Formats: sequence, C-alpha cells, structure tokens
Amino acid sequence: MIEFTIDGKKVKATEGEFILPVALREGFDIPTLCHHEALGSDGRCRICVVEVKRGSRKRIVTSCLYPVADGIEVSTNAPDVMLVRKSVLELLYARCPEAEVLGHLAKKYGVENVRYSKDHDKGKCILCNICIRACAEIVGVSALGFSGKGMSKKVTTPFDEPSDTCIACGACVVACPTGHIFMKDDKGVRTIWKKKFPLAQCPECSRFHAPVEQLQYISKVTNVPLETLMVCQDCR
Amino acid sequence: MIQSLDDLEKIKEDFAGRIKKYGKTVKICFGTGCVSSGSQAVYDGLVGALEKESLNKKVRVVKTGCHGFCEKGPIVVFNDDEIFYQSVGKKKIEEDIALLLDTIKNGKVADKLLYKSADKLKKFVSTKEIPFYAMQKKIVLDLNGAIDPEDIDEYIAHGGYSALQKALTAMTPDEVLDWVQKSGLRGRGGGGFSTGTKWKSCKDAHGGPKYIMANGDEGDPGAFMDRSLMEGNPGVILEGMIIGGYTIGSNQGYIYVRDEYPLAVKRLGIALEQAVKYGFLGKNIFNSGFDFDIKIVRGGGAFVCGESTALMSSLEGKSGEPRAKYVHTVEKGLWDKPSNLNNVETWACVPAIINRGWQWFASIGSEGSKGTKVFSLVGKVNNTGLIEVPMGTTLRQIIFDLGDGIQNNKEFKAVQTGGPSGGCIPKEYLDTAVDFDTLWELGSMMGSGGMIVMDDKNCMVDVARYFLKFLVEESCGKCVPCREGIRRMLEIVERICDGEGDEGDIAHLKELGRAVNIGSLCGLGQSASNPVLSTLRYFMDEYEAHIAHKKCPAGVCKPLINYTILDNCTGCTLCARECPSNCIIGDKKKPHTIDTKKCIKCGMCYEVCKFGAVNVV
Ligand SMILES: Cc1cc2nc3c(=O)[nH]c(=O)nc-3n(C[C@H](O)[C@H](O)[C@H](O)COP(=O)(O)O)c2cc1C
Ligand code: SF4
Ligand code: SF4
Ligand code: FES
Ligand code: FES
Repeated sequence: MIEFTIDGKKVKATEGEFILPVALREGFDIPTLCHHEALGSDGRCRICVVEVKRGSRKRIVTSCLYPVADGIEVSTNAPDVMLVRKSVLELLYARCPEAEVLGHLAKKYGVENVRYSKDHDKGKCILCNICIRACAEIVGVSALGFSGKGMSKKVTTPFDEPSDTCIACGACVVACPTGHIFMKDDKGVRTIWKKKFPLAQCPECSRFHAPVEQLQYISKVTNVPLETLMVCQDCR
Repeated sequence: MIQSLDDLEKIKEDFAGRIKKYGKTVKICFGTGCVSSGSQAVYDGLVGALEKESLNKKVRVVKTGCHGFCEKGPIVVFNDDEIFYQSVGKKKIEEDIALLLDTIKNGKVADKLLYKSADKLKKFVSTKEIPFYAMQKKIVLDLNGAIDPEDIDEYIAHGGYSALQKALTAMTPDEVLDWVQKSGLRGRGGGGFSTGTKWKSCKDAHGGPKYIMANGDEGDPGAFMDRSLMEGNPGVILEGMIIGGYTIGSNQGYIYVRDEYPLAVKRLGIALEQAVKYGFLGKNIFNSGFDFDIKIVRGGGAFVCGESTALMSSLEGKSGEPRAKYVHTVEKGLWDKPSNLNNVETWACVPAIINRGWQWFASIGSEGSKGTKVFSLVGKVNNTGLIEVPMGTTLRQIIFDLGDGIQNNKEFKAVQTGGPSGGCIPKEYLDTAVDFDTLWELGSMMGSGGMIVMDDKNCMVDVARYFLKFLVEESCGKCVPCREGIRRMLEIVERICDGEGDEGDIAHLKELGRAVNIGSLCGLGQSASNPVLSTLRYFMDEYEAHIAHKKCPAGVCKPLINYTILDNCTGCTLCARECPSNCIIGDKKKPHTIDTKKCIKCGMCYEVCKFGAVNVV
C-alpha cells in the first residue's frame, strides 16, 4: 500500500498503479486524450499533466504514466500544470478546429482565443495512437501505423495503400476520441481507410450486417463456421 | 590469443620491431574532413614518390584519424609532431609532394605548408607550438591522429588494452566502479549525468541479462567530435565498453552509430574484428572468466534517435520514438532489461581513468566537472576544428587564444553552445569557465560540445529561427508540446524576422517556450525553447528592434534591411555590373544609387564593393 497526497488530500494506492486512475477514483479532475481504458497510456497528448513534488524537487509529469510512490505530493492545478494543459489545448485546437471535443476542453481549461492560424489539412486527428493500438491490440490485425515524423506524421495504412489486413471492423472508429476516421456503409459496401469492403447480407432477413472480411477473420480465429456468422446476430 | 600482460608486451615488442626499420614516420590524416579535401591523392603521390626514390622501406607512411584541424586539411605530420603541414596538396599537388620529399630527404622545412596565424605574423613548425594545439589537453583524443586506427597493434603499442588487462586481472568490479565514481566522470552525451552513479544503478538493478550501449548517433548539425573519435581511435571506445561490461555485469554491448558515418562504421568494425581475434572480446577475456561481445548497429538516421529511449527502441527494431523515463533505463531499458547507455566520448575516458588512476582524472577540470571535453569550434573564429580542453577553460581562452580570435577582426557577439538544445552566450560571459554547471546557469548547456562563434553580422533572432527550424524537422511528432509548439514558436519568430512581429510576441514566446520545455516528453522538446529563451534573455534589444522599429541591427533579416550607397562611392561601376536585378544606376566615376523597389536584397553590391560604400540599414 502506497500513501501520498493529491492537492493536499491523503490518498492510498497499490504499488505499480499510475497517478491518473488513483486521482480519478478520488474524484479529481484530470482530462485525458490519448489514454484509453482498454489500451492504457501512451504519454502523447500531455494534457493529463500534474505537478509532482518528491523531496524538494518539483516537476511536471504525465499522470497517466507516472507510478505512484510513497510521500509524493501531487498537484492537479499548479500554475505550470494549467500552463501546459492550456497550451496543449490551444495548440491542438489550432491543429484540428473541427474536433468538437477539443473545442469543449479548450473552453473548459481557459483557452479564450486561439492565437495560431488554423490547420485545414489534418482533419480531426491529434495523433493519439489509440486507433493504431486498438487495431493491433484489440482487433489483432495491425492494419494501421504512423508514417512520417513531426508535422508530417500521420496515421495511415502501410505505404498509404488500401490495406491487406484491415477487416473493416470499425474498431478504430469507435475508439477514436475525436471522430476523425471516415467510415460509411452504403448499398452493401463499407468504405474505410480508402478501401471498399462488401458487407455480408443476412440470408434470413436480407440485412447487410457486417463486412465479409471481418466475419472471415472471426471465423478463422474462433473456428465458428463462416456460414453461421453470415447470419446476422438477430436471426442467429 | 592475448591472455596476460606478457602477451600484451609481446605485441608491443613485435610492433616496435616492425617499425624500427623505418627511419622516419609521416602521418597523413585520413579523417573524413581530410579525405574530402584530398588526403588520398597526397598519400598516393607521396607513396609513389618514395617508391621511385627507393625510400619506401625507410619511411613509414601512416593513415591516421582526424587531427582536429580539418578546416586546414589535408594535414601531414612528421615523426612525433616535429613538423606540422597543413593544406597539403590543396593547390599544386606535385609541388607539395616534392616539398614533402625534400623534408624527408633533406630535413628542409617547407614554408608554404606551415601553419600561420590569422594576422600572418607568426608561423609555426611543430604541432606543439601552434596555439590551437598547445592549449589543448588530450585524454580522449590522445591517440587520434597519432596511430593507424585500423591496426590494433599500434593501439596496443601505445598502451591500448592495458587498462582492460588491469581491470580484469587486478581489480574487482566494485573497485572499478569505485574508481569511476571517484573520478567524477560525467556523461559527455549532453546531460552531464554522473557516470559512476549510472553504472552503479545499473549494476544494482535486479534482473538480467544486462546491456551496455555506446551512443555514436551524433545528430547535432555540424558536430563531428564523436565521428572523429570513432574514426580515429575506435579501440579506446571498445576498451571502455568492455571494462564497463565487466563492472556492471553485462555480457553484451551495442554501439549505435549514425547511419551517415560509413567510415566510423568501417573502422569500428575492423577494431572489433581485431579485438575478437586477440581475445579482448569473446569468452574468458584475460583468463578472468568474464565474457563479452559487442555488436555495431547503424542508426535510424534521425536526430531524436540519439535520445536514450528512442535509441533503445530503434535498437529493438521499432520506430525511434522516445518514451517516458519515469522508470529509468538502468532498470528497464533495452528489451525492458537493465541497460547502461553512455556517449562514445564518455566510454573513451574510462581506460585513461583505470590506467592513470581516478585521482589523476579528478585533478583535471573544474570543481564539478572533471577531465576534459571535446568541442567542435566553428563559426566566425579564425581557427575552427575539434579541440579538447580541460573542463573549466574559459570561453575567452577557447575563442581568442586557441581559436585565434574572430575572423576579419570583427567584433565577437555571442557563442552558441550545446547544439540545437543549447543557447547563446554574450560577451559579458566570455570569462566563464566552461563546464556542465556554468553553461547550464547561463541558460545554455554543454550538449555534445558544439560551439558556434558569432560576430556582429549574426542576427540573434535569425539564430533562434535557424535552430527552431532544425527542431521542427527533427521532432518525432509523438507529443503535442514539441510537435505543435516548436512549429508555432517558429511561426512567431519568422514573423518577427519578416517585420510583422507585434507587442505580444515576446510574452507569447516566453509562455509557449516554457510550456514546451516543461510539457514535452523527451529531451528534444524539453530543451527546444532554449535557443529562443536564451536569445530573449541576452539579446532582447535585438528582438525589440525587429518588433518595434522594424530593423535588423545585424543586417540579416531581408525584409528589414535596405541597401544604400554612401557618398564615398567612387563610381567604379562594379556593383552595378554584379547586381543580378540590375537596379543600381549611376554614371561612371559618379556616385551610384540603388533603386530600392527593384532591389532583391541579395547583398551582392555589399559583398563586391571595394570601398565600403554600400551600407545596410
Ligand atoms: C534529442 C536528443 C538527442 C540526443 N543525441 C545524442 C547523441 O547523438 N549522442 C549522445 O551521446 N547522446 C545524445 N543524447 C543524450 C542521450 O539521451 C543520453 O543522455 C546519453 O547518450 C547518455 O550518455 P552519457 O551519460 O555518457 O552522456 C541525446 C538526447 C536527446 C534528448
Ligand atoms: S485517427 Fe483518431 S484515434 Fe487515430 S490517432 Fe488520430 S485522433 Fe487518435
Ligand atoms: S519531445 Fe519531441 S522528439 Fe521528444 S517525444 Fe515529444 S515529439 Fe518526440
Ligand atoms: S492522457 Fe496522459 S499523455 Fe495523453
Ligand atoms: S579530418 Fe583531418 S584534421 Fe580532421
């Protein structure tokens, strides 16, 4: 058992835990963007920062990755914390002016006006890595990755080509915190990551219910016959 | 197989026997700099001439590593630094070969090839007399330029691998650690972290296997100290690493070398192969029961790959993105195992500490920084090159004594230290004794040892812009403050340089600069604002001139300057003829004028005018 304080309040945690879940459990407000319940932390967005005082040394750390330790004093609202958080939100908002979630957060944390010219070529993507991790760690097909570095970094399929491994499951779409990823179902075809995927039509009710490739993948990993899966869940 | 001191002595004797038959030694620099200025042609020319004169059995011609004076290359040195020749074969190669031959045969010193001070008043014959060398103290670069880096026997003949023999046969790992700790050695890769403390944490860390690594990524623009060391004396790095492995309890080392350094890779490879052959690597080294191997890995090519966690991730075959270090890499580093990374120069200090004792090392340098530091001295200084000086040498000594002052007798303005993460130090601090802590206090840092000297024709806002631009391109893009923040700082600074800065920009830069420094994930972002913050700290008036008066005092930022012709114009017409935009008018022998509307501000007229009649305002 580890004991430390957050904004002066004594809290308990288990060894190996990070500050973020402890703080949220204790009712403190720490925003996050690149952290995901099922995927853990990645340290990219930096809005979850807190100030940690250890001995006489104070420093800004990301709460989502900083392991708790006995006796540390955590501040969730020190001036430097607010400076980083606000700066990051202003920067992100200028990058992705269309992303509603950023608009809300920016307002909440005191960004009054955005002093930078707005980008129009980044869509809503903040490069949080959640879609990539979801595709690799939850779905297991690793169809996505980053390409480039710095300002030209982006999420894409290998070589920007239609992916061979994507199964059009849409897990990335669900996981994305900003709604950047385009996915559309139309006339039995799903379009995602610049590729068209036929949707399976349920032999019972004629409904288009899931991409054929996704069903094939599920069949392969679960050994459930494809014919069974072709029938939609309602009719099964 | 070499297993004892006697075996080492035997190699030394054999080597002495091998070179005894030669009466003279000529060392030709084969560092990257001199190779590109033509040392191969000098070598071929000289070897050919010696053969013709049947002197090839009498004179030993050695290809060495960098002598540090690359600017003046190709460098040729006789015997033990007796005669130092520079720019050999740069003009009229046959003539220079004849001069070399004359020196060899008749001992005649060739005036043409000697080094002369910038004011041309003094010339120097031996290396030791040249202020550029006389003021240096070489520990790391001791054998650079003195030995053939592709011949392990010559390294051994100069004491190479004796420290390894001593450490493995006469000292326990704890003793070696104790010495390294007491020596006060601090990491040369930039951070200045205590090497002994790092080794101890890694040694004490639970679990294994443990790994040690040498950082030879050197991504700073213009830096070449690590390259020269790897090319000039690869053996000393290997020896340091093997001693480190023994101390820490690791059996596997990696050398991570920047991909653009093919010659370093080649020479390290040769040194490695020869060390394996002699049994300095492999099983049961010096019969001590200690096994160690080293692999050379070529870097991913990005500046950020020199950062410790990015380097490890790149070594693991993943993309070179840094990660949080809240759990230190000495506990969980390469493949999540305890790992110890040091810069190649740090490793190169280790054999000297073991050979000569920690007291000796600790007696050199300043209070908090021991030993020497290799710097690359470049910019508007007369002598540019690689230098190694004791920690605590002042900036003035480095720039004005060793560097022989500012080019063309211009005014010194600032020195930029620490590479892209460093800062600019103004003339008030010229007497600062350079070490890790003093530079840090001045808002700059040691970094890997870059030193760029600037004169009054350097605009400090433009300097900030240059480094920001480099960093924008090198940010890996993982975390927001660095990826988005640096680029926005650059936008603001560019605006200022274009004369479109406004009142709020300074405060905005300071605020954003702080957010980027404290909010970024890795050292790149955490120091990215230094070029801006340090120039703001010392050269605020220059920012203000740009913002409030729309002037660039140094005459660098194009949109803020105008070229005009003064009354002392003789009407020689040279500028009018050279102007690419044909905007200079005037009759022969009458003062000319510039049509500022058509002027593209290329500065050509300013460059060519022989009467100083073109003015920048
Ligand atoms: C962006 C960045 C680039 C770096 N590049 C290098 C490098 O090229 N060589 C190096 O030795 N250290 C470099 N470092 C420092 C390393 O992270 C690390 O601190 C160093 O290699 C440790 O060795 P030392 O303790 O011997 O200095 C870099 C750090 C950062 C943040
Ligand atoms: S697409 Fe969405 S989930 Fe993927 S990196 Fe961008 S913002 Fe994150
Ligand atoms: S600070 Fe810059 S280089 Fe370092 S992780 Fe963040 S984006 Fe990458
Ligand atoms: S949530 Fe912690 S860095 Fe993004
Ligand atoms: S390469 Fe010859 S002196 Fe540096």
